[in-house]
Amino acid sequence: MPTVVEFQIEYRQTLDPKGGIVAPLPPFAADTEELLRMYRAMTHQRLFDAKAVNLQRTGQLGTYASSLGHEATHIGVAAAMRPEDVLAPVYREIGTQLWRGVTMLEILTYWGGDERGNDFAGPRADFAWCVPIATQTLHAAGAAMAFKVRKEPRCALAYIGDGGTSEGAFYEALNVAGARALPVVFVIVNNGWAISVPVSEQTATRTLAQKAVAAGIPGVQVDGNDVFAVRATVAEALEAARRGSGPTLIEALTYRLSDHTTADDAGRYRGAEEVEQAWTLEPLLRLRQYLYQSGAWTQAQEQALHAECARAIDAAVSEYLKRAKPSTDAMFEHLFAAMPPHLREQRATARKYGGKPGSH
Amino acid sequence: MAHGWEMQLDESVVVLGQDVGVNGGVFRATAGLQARFGKDRVQDTPLAEATIAGMAVGMATHGLKPVAEIQFMGFIYPALDQIVNHMSRMRYRTRGRLSCPVVIRTPHGGGIHAPEHHSESTETLLCHIPGIRVVCPSSPARAYGLLLAAIRDPDPVMFLEPARLYRSIRQEVADDGRALPLDRCFVLREGGDVTLVTWGAMTVETLRAACELAAAGIEVEVIDLATLSPIDSETILASVAKTGRLVIVHEAARNLGLGAEIAALVAEHGLYDLKAPIQRVAGFDTVMPLFKLEHDYIPGIERIVDAVRHTLAN
Repeated sequence: MPTVVEFQIEYRQTLDPKGGIVAPLPPFAADTEELLRMYRAMTHQRLFDAKAVNLQRTGQLGTYASSLGHEATHIGVAAAMRPEDVLAPVYREIGTQLWRGVTMLEILTYWGGDERGNDFAGPRADFAWCVPIATQTLHAAGAAMAFKVRKEPRCALAYIGDGGTSEGAFYEALNVAGARALPVVFVIVNNGWAISVPVSEQTATRTLAQKAVAAGIPGVQVDGNDVFAVRATVAEALEAARRGSGPTLIEALTYRLSDHTTADDAGRYRGAEEVEQAWTLEPLLRLRQYLYQSGAWTQAQEQALHAECARAIDAAVSEYLKRAKPSTDAMFEHLFAAMPPHLREQRATARKYGGKPGSH
Repeated sequence: MAHGWEMQLDESVVVLGQDVGVNGGVFRATAGLQARFGKDRVQDTPLAEATIAGMAVGMATHGLKPVAEIQFMGFIYPALDQIVNHMSRMRYRTRGRLSCPVVIRTPHGGGIHAPEHHSESTETLLCHIPGIRVVCPSSPARAYGLLLAAIRDPDPVMFLEPARLYRSIRQEVADDGRALPLDRCFVLREGGDVTLVTWGAMTVETLRAACELAAAGIEVEVIDLATLSPIDSETILASVAKTGRLVIVHEAARNLGLGAEIAALVAEHGLYDLKAPIQRVAGFDTVMPLFKLEHDYIPGIERIVDAVRHTLAN
């Protein structure tokens, strides 16, 4: 019987968990300043993330989805993108967003229950956080179609989680992107867990990258805790997309070191040993080791960086805590470009009862 | 608890949904069931709502009684194709050959400080679908009795669980396997001056408004609609015949909210009983805001009290 199709899925890794080099370094690795910029961003992300969890625990922030352990994927993706590209995030990719110019104040405002956090001052064209699972993958495909139609040399990049790959919208996005050779890159952040469901119960496939095969597009797996490999792989995919070669699906293998969100308790469904093991593979450790070993970074610099991040984070938090609650008018503004009469009436009702929450 | 009773009694009852197994559901509604009944009868599904609803159709048509959970009402939309085009009309279009005894449970409404898309009240979308029942309990005891009834019902039932009541009301519930009737309202408080119709979490504010009004000598009758579709119009019409005044309270947006249907029913069948125009106290016709403003969106006691006073002023 003839074989009609065969496929292979490549796995890419450059840095091992101890910071050792296991594959040829990408060209950007020669630029120490650039590596330090990435390392600083990863460190800043981790410290800010811890602060956000802490704010939730003390009742000063709503439910929050920690990105602990995802820093290499987030920063690798961010550094590979151009500013004019468009990001379609899920709700955990703050590293990429911070790099692209979303501010800590905006992140806290959104998770603090206020839509003003979605009004990014920096990346105006990026999509907002996307809670309905997998829907954003089609938005990225649509944005890519717009770039293609308008002949703009831009790409869209959509994130999705491992659980999200079970949704129909994900397959629809891969399919249309492949069929129309759209300039879009899909990055699956496979962190092992979709709340309480492990990847092994989500799908029978050995890799999530091979989901690309059925859409006729390239799929590749990368060590998501290795910022070198992530950045190089995403950059390659983006340049191929920009050249008109169509989309790529990238599966970044990492681990959700935190609970799903602050409303979750992962202790109910996974063992402590698994998490301990994952901590030995985490992304900051290996990059820091590499930087120490290559003489680009010192312990004193590490301490100074932490102090500097803490100052910036504290300043953002204090600005956030000082920010007044939006007025009730905000519920009616921006629903339509021009407010229809019935909403003017309802706005008046809301003003009358606003700040008088009854039983609450 | 109702799950457990019915699963013990009826081997065809199975639970499926995201995180309903080991984790016991994000609101703990299925806690302990997988340990008790095993993985075949309490299944974690892949993260896909269309999968959950479509699988439930297949399972229900072939000997099982699926009780499915959609983690939040804001995520039900991928499942709507299956609910509208198949689940609700399987019996109808096969002339009774196949049927869909499915229950879909999902949290409903806001007030729990939740992220975006976790706080909507879109029951109207479901009530507009012929062939399904839509139920919304307003207390743990009614949740138990109505869920039992929903599981035993031979047709699909959407079971909307008011999210802010999950932890705010603590009540001893007898695990006695006694179902409450579907398609009947519950009169929570009797009164002769004004009829108030509401459901779900809004029963809390409405009953408090009733207490406040009683202190001022106004006796309102509070009706918990409980089954939102089909509506028990008999109880409502009988009450309006007594009071001559009607105020409908719901958290969902006003435009085409269920209040409109109830007002139309009373206009058609009870217009001459009315002494004053019907009032609606509802959520605004905008997106459920993120939680900083959610309590400015959800009708409060003062709005309800004012509406009652307004109908009495006529």
